[in-house]
Amino acid sequence: MDLKYTQEQLAFKDEIATFMKEKLPKPISDRIRQGQELGKAGYEQWHAILNEAGYLAANWPKEFGGAGWDAVQRHIFEDEMSKAHAPRIVPFGLSMLGPVLQAFGSKEQQDYYLPRILSGEDWWCQGYSEPGAGSDLAAVRTSAVREGDHYIVNGQKTWTTLGQFANKIFCLVRTSKEGKLQEGISFLLVDMETPGIEVRPIVLIDGTPEVNEVFFDNVKVPAENLVGEENKGWTYAKYLLTHERTNIAGVGASTAALENLKRIARLEQDGGKPLIENPHFAARIARVEIELMAMSTTNLRVVSQAAAGQAPGAESSMLKIKGTVVRQELNALTRMAIGPYAMPFASEAMEEGSNAEPVGPDYAAPVTGQYFNNRKLSIFGGSNEIQRSIISKAILQL
Amino acid sequence: MNFDLTDERQMLQDGLRRLLADSYTPDARKAIEAGDNGFSPDIWNSLAEMGVIGALFGEDDGGFAGAGFDVALVFEELGRVGAVDPLIDTAVLGGGLVAALGDAQQKELVEGVIGGGVQLAFAHVEPTSRYDLSRVDATAEKAGEGYEITGRKAVVVNAPAANHLLVTARTSGKASAENGISLFLVAADAAGLRLRNYPLVGGGQASEVVLDKVPATLVGPEGGAYEAIAAVNARAVLAISAEALGLMEAIKELTIDYLKTRKQFGVPIGKFQVLQHRMSDVALEVEQARSAVINLAGHVDAAPEVRDVHVSATKNLIGTVARQVVEESIQMHGGIGMTNEYELGHLAKRLTMVDHRFGDADHHLERFIALAVA
Repeated sequence: MDLKYTQEQLAFKDEIATFMKEKLPKPISDRIRQGQELGKAGYEQWHAILNEAGYLAANWPKEFGGAGWDAVQRHIFEDEMSKAHAPRIVPFGLSMLGPVLQAFGSKEQQDYYLPRILSGEDWWCQGYSEPGAGSDLAAVRTSAVREGDHYIVNGQKTWTTLGQFANKIFCLVRTSKEGKLQEGISFLLVDMETPGIEVRPIVLIDGTPEVNEVFFDNVKVPAENLVGEENKGWTYAKYLLTHERTNIAGVGASTAALENLKRIARLEQDGGKPLIENPHFAARIARVEIELMAMSTTNLRVVSQAAAGQAPGAESSMLKIKGTVVRQELNALTRMAIGPYAMPFASEAMEEGSNAEPVGPDYAAPVTGQYFNNRKLSIFGGSNEIQRSIISKAILQL
Repeated sequence: MNFDLTDERQMLQDGLRRLLADSYTPDARKAIEAGDNGFSPDIWNSLAEMGVIGALFGEDDGGFAGAGFDVALVFEELGRVGAVDPLIDTAVLGGGLVAALGDAQQKELVEGVIGGGVQLAFAHVEPTSRYDLSRVDATAEKAGEGYEITGRKAVVVNAPAANHLLVTARTSGKASAENGISLFLVAADAAGLRLRNYPLVGGGQASEVVLDKVPATLVGPEGGAYEAIAAVNARAVLAISAEALGLMEAIKELTIDYLKTRKQFGVPIGKFQVLQHRMSDVALEVEQARSAVINLAGHVDAAPEVRDVHVSATKNLIGTVARQVVEESIQMHGGIGMTNEYELGHLAKRLTMVDHRFGDADHHLERFIALAVA
């Protein structure tokens, strides 16, 4: 048992920290630190900087242009990115589709799509959930019917994150109604420019247009855009979800949120003293910090298993639950910390490029919105109820 | 022991519920949100005509009811529809303060409030006073016949629409002393008064208020407004707690409906035992919230030491249960609970903001410890 990084890992950590200091543009990290929207251009700029350094595809093997890092290195990289207030790497192409194409795509698909993900030429979004298929993902009804060398796609996807920026969407579609629900699903790559596709924004509870509905009306998709075999899409979908769950604990994001909470609690006044000196509030902060310390080690235990070649299985479900609960508690405490200044609705000050003067202290503006927005953490990517079912079946064998 | 409504209150509840059901459709509320007033003058006039505002005042003040149970009844109904009207600000706080401290001429304002023609706002909270009722840094100095106020006030709800502000300022004493706080009436168009207006999460409008030697008229005794402020604050806590209860009931019904109709894995999700148990917990905590509101309604006009124990007990419980109801209802709804379009979003935001006015759950836990435990 040794809780410290090796010399090589420490050197790697230094290398990444230096890179963040030198290459992460300050206007971008300022926006992330202040909880403001970044916008498409900001994501693309950061994507290009990482690609140039060879750090973009941390989880891809070198043969596909990836960094070829092991799980511990990836953990260090994600940790340093959060500490430096770097934007998250938009995961749909890099963390989700990329690994699926590498494992199941044809040579042509790999050669065509993977470089375009790295270059930023393609911005992918995820066509999984439907109005009737949320936690019960296998219930997808969007249909793809083969006609000659094309599929004709009809149906509706929803909760499509950042779909407004995407030019491509990967979809789970129904190609057969025979047998079990899981056995009639295929994995299809669709160009968003194809006639018959309509994207409509869904405004979320905090006022942000982050997710979308995507409608398909007789959309003609070339048959060569099928990934793997017809009706085997469920296998690929599950493979993708295990990649979606890497870094699921969000230790870096929670560490940054904890620092921000403490900073605010030092600045807020309560009864003529800093709020952080209030024993009740300090106890609340302490409880969540203690949880985070333990979770961080749980995370490293799973990471080093993965680095030793063992695939993270149902343990990632534990990390997802704990990680989201910790993050949501931090968001709730930050909301409590700002007192009456949680009430102003400050959507304008959050928009990209806004110079609106904040109401109250400048740290207050994003807080209430973030509290509500991050309620999604325990809902998406397999709700925490679904994760508990996975734990009870796969680990506890109940 | 009798927990039934009297005949008069039953009539008021039936009438108000009908009025709100007819007028407070989600579309009407969205039209209010799109405007810059924070409420609908038409609905406000209907409330005044029905006597809903008058029900918040005693006969001595020109109203016809005014007991704690009347306040609770009115605000629970408003909460059930997610109403955003500034009844707490204009009637409970503004009208209540003038009724308690004003002279005969000033009390004419209360008539105006009951009739629906006057809007008021209570400018008391300051940028660093948080939930501390006696912390006032703004100062007032004598100037000729009246006073001049200098200072800043924070998140003054309904200030954009108010004809008059009721402003607290210190005429003596240190920043946190109860003695030395005075109440003033300031006209909305007074010289030196600057308002920065903005919408609130969950509906309504507020302002950051800057006062620079603003001419003001004293209301009540110089330096002796604190006890009246505490008494009116207790009624405001009752009002917002009852509103929270109404919001909880509406959210509970919406969520139970969703559990019965939303199907996943071939069955309504309400058939899953884990959701049944969590919904049961929500339902029993809402009953606790109802009892807490009844406790405060029954003690809101009691002696300060009794009243304040109930104020803090109720507000602590309401704040704690509100968070559970909001978070569980969004979670059980899943993605649809995250959208602005669906009714839950507005109700959940409004219920969450209850904890940010008149002291949050932690603030009242500390006060309860000081008053009743330590």
